[in-house]
Amino acid sequence: MALEKSRVNRPLFTPFNIVAGIILIVGLFLTVSRFWGGLGTVTNLDNNNPWGIWIGFDLLCGVALAAGGYVTSAACYIFGLKRFHSAVRPAILTAFLGYALVVFALNFDVGRPWRLPYPLFFSQGTSSLLFEVGLCVFLYLNVLFIEYSPAALEWLGYKKIRNFVVKLTLVLTIFGVVLSTLHQSSLGALFLIAPSKLHPLWYSSYLPVFFFVSSIFAGMSMVIFEGSLAHRFLHHKMDKTHLDESLGVALGFGKAASFVMMGYIATKFIGIASDNNWHYLATGWGLWFLLELIGFVAVPAFLYAVAVRDKNIKLVRIASILAVLGIVLNRLNVSVIAFNWHLPSSARYFPSWKEIGISLFIVTIGIIAYRFIATKMPILHEHPDYKNDH
Amino acid sequence: MEKVFYTLHDFMIYSEGITYLLMGGILVFLLLFWLFLTDSDKKKRTF
Amino acid sequence: MGISRRKFLGWMGAALGASTLTGNKIYAASNKQFKGYPDSFGVLHDTTRCIGCRKCEKACNKTNSLPTPSKSFDDLSILDLNRRTDEKAFTVVNRFTPKSDKPAVFVKKQCNHCLEPACASACFVKALKKDKTGAVVYDASLCVGCRYCMIACSFNIPAYEYNNPTSPKVVKCTMCKPKIDKGELPGCVVSCPVEAITFGKRKELIKIAWKRINKYPGHYKEYLYGEHEMGGTNWLYLSKYDFSKIGMSEDLGTTSAPALTSQALGAVPIIVSLWPVLLTGIYAISKQKDILADKELKTAVENTKTALTDEMNDKLSVQKEKMTQEKKSAINFEIKKALEQAKKETEETKEKKQRKNIKDKNIEVIDKS
Repeated sequence: MALEKSRVNRPLFTPFNIVAGIILIVGLFLTVSRFWGGLGTVTNLDNNNPWGIWIGFDLLCGVALAAGGYVTSAACYIFGLKRFHSAVRPAILTAFLGYALVVFALNFDVGRPWRLPYPLFFSQGTSSLLFEVGLCVFLYLNVLFIEYSPAALEWLGYKKIRNFVVKLTLVLTIFGVVLSTLHQSSLGALFLIAPSKLHPLWYSSYLPVFFFVSSIFAGMSMVIFEGSLAHRFLHHKMDKTHLDESLGVALGFGKAASFVMMGYIATKFIGIASDNNWHYLATGWGLWFLLELIGFVAVPAFLYAVAVRDKNIKLVRIASILAVLGIVLNRLNVSVIAFNWHLPSSARYFPSWKEIGISLFIVTIGIIAYRFIATKMPILHEHPDYKNDH
Repeated sequence: MEKVFYTLHDFMIYSEGITYLLMGGILVFLLLFWLFLTDSDKKKRTF
Repeated sequence: MGISRRKFLGWMGAALGASTLTGNKIYAASNKQFKGYPDSFGVLHDTTRCIGCRKCEKACNKTNSLPTPSKSFDDLSILDLNRRTDEKAFTVVNRFTPKSDKPAVFVKKQCNHCLEPACASACFVKALKKDKTGAVVYDASLCVGCRYCMIACSFNIPAYEYNNPTSPKVVKCTMCKPKIDKGELPGCVVSCPVEAITFGKRKELIKIAWKRINKYPGHYKEYLYGEHEMGGTNWLYLSKYDFSKIGMSEDLGTTSAPALTSQALGAVPIIVSLWPVLLTGIYAISKQKDILADKELKTAVENTKTALTDEMNDKLSVQKEKMTQEKKSAINFEIKKALEQAKKETEETKEKKQRKNIKDKNIEVIDKS
């Protein structure tokens, strides 16, 4: 009764709904124009710049920021850190939606999206790292779907299937970590083939290692960041366990992320040393590189450390935002900004508003889907029938 | 039939193709072997 | 679900059998040296001979039935625009002036047909292939349109039909493979009026090029561009000036594209094989710790329990002792009391009897008297 009443009284024209509605409508128009007129009508892509923000942001950042799924489930189920248990479901849901949207976004970017199954089932170009990425993303999307499904099955009341799926948790988690290690690193390895196009400060034979290690703290930071968003907007959906454990999750992941980031910075300098690229640090590109590495990795790592020492949840959240921005900056640097650095500025790429519009459209779909699922299904709370069932 | 590879690319297409099949097999094998390895533990527990 | 040893060995046998049946001898696997197709063709472009007439561009346009450009091929002002290949032009000629007091240099640009093509190595559907003629050919019926080949190409050659919504293709020079197959020369080669481009077997072209370099010292840079760039290309270039001054990258290195990615690809099966082992190990260790912690907790609880019961029992027995003691004394007291009572009673009855006897005697005495 009370629930129904609140549903009726909920206003339709909230600021969120208005903004989301506008983005969705514009996005639909852009979608039609993309598929009616081809890539040329909506993008600023050209023959020198075949990959824009749909790859740099939607694919690379999408996959990196969805790393929370494998990081959290590995921490809980493999490393046995049971206190992170309440963070697993939201992280898996984000990862599932993230990967689903990455694949959705690819449909916009590739020329003939209906052929996307070709590399898997028809003509396997096994020498390509993109084949490896495609295979892993396809498999991992399935793994994430199965990992997420217990929440939906509990909601729908299919007890038997749900109990069967829960039994697969460990195998799926290990498989998920294997697949994530592979494709997170391979996304970096994609650029190994073009040493002459990517700026030497970003190009390194360690690119796959950089991408994998940074995906770990990207995932953790994203879990913290989302946790703070959920606290603000979905507080009423959280049960006591979730609320009690959330501080521990944020501080625990903050601590881990901080240390991993320090390791990441170390490998980045090893990368410079192994190619003897020190002299580039004194150039404009060098300053940009240092801004990324110091301003958006070292600073958030230090903030995390201070915050964890003082048990300062607010500072942990600020650090997580900085770290997430740092990941976005890094992925865009490798794929767009420092890529084709040789070209004269007139031949460089800058996204059109329509490309940004499609990217926003896809992110908005993700937020709406998350909100829908988190309000309906047992994500931020445990289903009453399955309490103490882990 | 013996296959002659003139380019590294052709060779990699072939060898990686086998490697990918092998990887699928390895994953299944490791899972089954782990079950085989820990089978006795479970039996003990049921006694 | 139990797996018996027999079942497991059976599975293994089946797997091994299947793998030996499909096994194939890999030629040259032990000695990973690939020299390319031995009789592949190529083209030598002598930039010192090129006059920038754009006849090759025109021939290419005609051979590949490309759309007629808005500016005619006789318009030579276009040479200064430093163009690149695109979906309407598979080859372009650009003008460079490396030294302002010396005559300009013209350089033809098209697909270099790498010995180890980066585009083919990058393609995840095998839409691009190195042909035995030397040409790098494209199969549009497989292409998904990911454009990774364009990212991979160090020479910025492949172009894309961005404005084709239904069947966009990657387009680039085919080295006129259809014509070569028929025994004809590529369109551009036939059209060149000054023999600035020479068609032939790549092996022979390298010899010709070095002969020219050695025959005319000073006229050529002592370098054959394409002999080793990115693992070598089937198109080769001669120049009077540094190649970087005529719009060609000198920082490409000699490592071929598949070699650049082979290390990263090689790590994949190792991760697949060892990650599950490592992760299961970590899981087993953390689980073992949990079990041990559980056990410890249980024994600790058990120990406190027994300690508590012992203490309780001790207390109880003391209490019991005390109680029995008290009871005993109480009973003794009662018995004493009862005995005393009995004694008293018997004495009283004795007295009464005596008194009665006396009384009786007295009555007897009275009666007798």
